[in-house]
Amino acid sequence: MEVPILKQGDILIASIQGALTDTDLLRMQEKLVCRVRDYRSKGVVIDVTVLDVMDSFAARTLRSIAIMTRLLGAKVVIAGIQPDIALSMVQLGLALEGAMTSLDLEDGIAMLNSAARKQGLCQYGN
Amino acid sequence: MEIDEITIASDVDVMKARQKGRELAVLIGISGSDLTLMATAISEISRNIVQYAGRGEMKFRQVTKGGRRGLMIIARDFGPGIADIAQAMQDGFSTSRGMGLGLPGARRLMDDFEIHSELGKGTTVSMVKWER
Repeated sequence: MEVPILKQGDILIASIQGALTDTDLLRMQEKLVCRVRDYRSKGVVIDVTVLDVMDSFAARTLRSIAIMTRLLGAKVVIAGIQPDIALSMVQLGLALEGAMTSLDLEDGIAMLNSAARKQGLCQYGN
Repeated sequence: MEIDEITIASDVDVMKARQKGRELAVLIGISGSDLTLMATAISEISRNIVQYAGRGEMKFRQVTKGGRRGLMIIARDFGPGIADIAQAMQDGFSTSRGMGLGLPGARRLMDDFEIHSELGKGTTVSMVKWER
């Protein structure tokens, strides 16, 4: 299942719509990294609300996306991890280093916007 | 009682296996976070089959113990086998580029877990999730 990627100002939103295969995850990774470069995006929110499984491959792919996009100057927020998924991730020993997380998509967007504002203020301060 | 069986040969089958497992577990009476834990274990074990053996099969059985029902998952492949099971069951050990969490992770996610492997012959993993 293809993951649609929406552009909203400086932010990209990858909105996962259903169960994903490993190939789908890798396609999303490739597409996101290209779009960040093409649109000069400052942030990416990956909405995983509907995912009913986060196994080691999915977690590794999300972590790779976070690292790659950071190298391109953008921040990543993983939004909407469900409580059951959080439980299984801990049991499996998975973490998402390099990515911020938020309760839902709205919070994720707010997080990126406030990070952008803070950066703006710092620049004035200097 | 065997209730279903699927062939595991691609990443699409990995997805189908965990969906099938979830479907069958609901019928048996497993619920809540147990469904997610079990589906995640199925995902890890079936991906191991695709990655290391190329193909294999996954059988689903309804089992009973002391009045409780459970879903047993038997994953079998005829791949290269595992040389050192104790090592493969350790967190972080991987002969590929994975994170080495598949086998030890699946053991933690399930209630019962057994693995048998013979070099050159293949690997069988049996695991059970019991209703609460």
